[in-house]
Amino acid sequence: MATTFLPGDSRTSPGTQPKRGRLKIFLGYASGVGKTFRMLDEARRRKERGEDVIVAACQPGAHAEVRTLLDQLEVIPILRTSLGEGLHMDAILRRNPQVCVIDPLAHNNPEGFVNQCRWQDVQQLLERGVSVLTAINLLHIEEFRERVEHLTGKHVTATVPRDFLRGADEIVIVDVPADFAMGRRNTSSDSTSAHKSKAEHLPELREMALVLAAEVVEGQLENYLQAHGIQPVWGIQERILICLTARSNGLAMIASGVRNKERFHGELHVVHVSQSNLSTQERTRVESFMKIAREAGAEVRVLNGEDPVETILAYACQKKITQIFVGHSQRGNWLSRIWTGPLDRLLRGAEQMDLRIFPQ
Amino acid sequence: MTTPSSTTGEQTRGTLKVYLGFAPGVGKTFQMLRDAHDAAQVGADVIIGYFEPHKREDTLALAQGLETIPLRQIIHRDRAFSEMDTATILNRKPQICLVDEFAHTNVPGAEREKRWEDVLVLLDAGISVWTTLNVQHIESLNDAVFEITGVRMRETVPDWALKQATEIQVVDVTPEALLNRLRRGAVYTGDMAQKAVESYFRESNLRALRELALREAAHEIQARHTESGTGMLEIVPTDASKSNTAAATSSERENLLVFVTLDPSTAMLIRRARRVADYLHAGCLALYVHQEHQFHEVPESEREAVERHLNFARNLRIETRILQGHDAATTLVEFARRNQVTQILLSRAILKLRPSFLGGNLVREVIRRAPDMQITVVADRGGENAEGPKASSS
Repeated sequence: MATTFLPGDSRTSPGTQPKRGRLKIFLGYASGVGKTFRMLDEARRRKERGEDVIVAACQPGAHAEVRTLLDQLEVIPILRTSLGEGLHMDAILRRNPQVCVIDPLAHNNPEGFVNQCRWQDVQQLLERGVSVLTAINLLHIEEFRERVEHLTGKHVTATVPRDFLRGADEIVIVDVPADFAMGRRNTSSDSTSAHKSKAEHLPELREMALVLAAEVVEGQLENYLQAHGIQPVWGIQERILICLTARSNGLAMIASGVRNKERFHGELHVVHVSQSNLSTQERTRVESFMKIAREAGAEVRVLNGEDPVETILAYACQKKITQIFVGHSQRGNWLSRIWTGPLDRLLRGAEQMDLRIFPQ
Repeated sequence: MTTPSSTTGEQTRGTLKVYLGFAPGVGKTFQMLRDAHDAAQVGADVIIGYFEPHKREDTLALAQGLETIPLRQIIHRDRAFSEMDTATILNRKPQICLVDEFAHTNVPGAEREKRWEDVLVLLDAGISVWTTLNVQHIESLNDAVFEITGVRMRETVPDWALKQATEIQVVDVTPEALLNRLRRGAVYTGDMAQKAVESYFRESNLRALRELALREAAHEIQARHTESGTGMLEIVPTDASKSNTAAATSSERENLLVFVTLDPSTAMLIRRARRVADYLHAGCLALYVHQEHQFHEVPESEREAVERHLNFARNLRIETRILQGHDAATTLVEFARRNQVTQILLSRAILKLRPSFLGGNLVREVIRRAPDMQITVVADRGGENAEGPKASSS
């Protein structure tokens, strides 16, 4: 009822399709860190520089300084129905601004609106060539919901998939130290006795937000390097590759890998290069390691290749590994003939990676 | 966790807050000054100890209205330099002192070589300090920054000095916004601005440095909230790992041992070890082994290189030892065992040496003699091969 076109509209006539708008997201780890202010301040500056900026949604109960900013901007009021509210897409598209401010990003539209979620509205605006400035609290990212709920006891209904954030053209993290966020919160309306327990979780939420922002930035960096044909540097994010054999002390290696992954906010990959000559017992052992690794959140793969060293190195390069974990033993498996053998070749081949050799 | 001197009315140590950014011009000083005004408004006694205006007008304007301690003139080689007047700040004894550019190196003739050392003096005197820092000036990131930018940063802050900070605030902008500021001349003026955009401020550099800064901040925050729980954090079995037997081995405290050689890559090895030790909350030691009977019998040029490396390690708060031994691998492994070392770190440069006292066999010998330890051959980060790993194996 609210809109006169279908989501597919923009794709129907490729010839007249406008240039996609740019999406800029302001990410915060709690409410009261100042996302809205940063965003509206940018909107104001853009307007001063001559861009056509409007506000399509804003949070109620704003600070005085936020209201001052809002007063300087054109606002398209939100559309209210008996079931709830959502962006007035018709009005926005008719107005067709250059830049549209939408706060917050996480919102479920009531029945009667074309899209179920606001992030889908944003998608549509971008396709129509409208750039969007929007803000989100970590709490509302789908993949983090469970963990954040566990930490804070706060339940949210509206969420945005993480990939939507990863697809943003720009992301800005609005960061303040945890006690400052608390201070702000104390002065704002939702001051309750539950503060103390909330405060304890703020550093962890903050850490999660920073890592998410780093991931988005990394994705942008990769795209940029690819688009400009620049050889990527790597090693900013730690990526660990564990190479398992039946003889490996797999548990120790996986435990260490998990620990490193968590501490470095890194990725953990576990591989086994398939061997045809394994006994049933050995095969079971490898499979049990793989299962544990999978449960611990690692990306697990069985690789096929005639030469295990080359297979591992190729995989490591493809995944931009920074640390390879292998086992060694005094007895005769393929890694034990250390010199002139596979371990030596692995050592010489893995030039830009740390090679960590585990006892087995 | 600081000083338990509550019985006497003795002063407590000041707290350190660091505004962390990924490049000059992101707005660290601006943010710090804004916060200072907010603090002053609610009655805090805030002064400016050192402030680098960079001729940026909006920043200059923000410094107005805050008490500023005049800089001290120091004459060096017939030129006048301005440095922070730490003595006057100590006399004035404010509650909070703003000190821009944590990584700055003072001109010779100043009491202390580095500004961060001045900051530590202020903190000891009970003055809280707010300061600014770019991620590329953190010592253990030196090689990573070199890999990204091709620039070797000379002014660095040892990681332990940054660890003094109780608060880290990230000052973040998008590279696009920073480049706009640069092009508008809001960061550097004239030629400088153009040169900056073409070299250090290349968009790819900025994006990579930004990722580095965000990850560093996440690490610093993680380190703070994990340490505050159970003291030194030796055992962290998560619920997930408790369910499988992997937890048993992960709970051991790790101890790293860096094998120091003459090779220049030792500096990189030490930085890497410092970083890994910090992330894993592990202990860290560095060892040099010489064949000569006495260390002073080691040829002078070699001795100098070794001492430079060991000094560097000590500056990063890594304990160092020098031992005599006819067989480096044996001495290294025995030392490791005596000191409950769990992981020995070796430089890749060792692989390039001919088999000898420290030759190519060393890695094999260490593996053979220490079958119970982890041996890590560390990548040559920031070395000649900064472009990336080779897919080929030979």
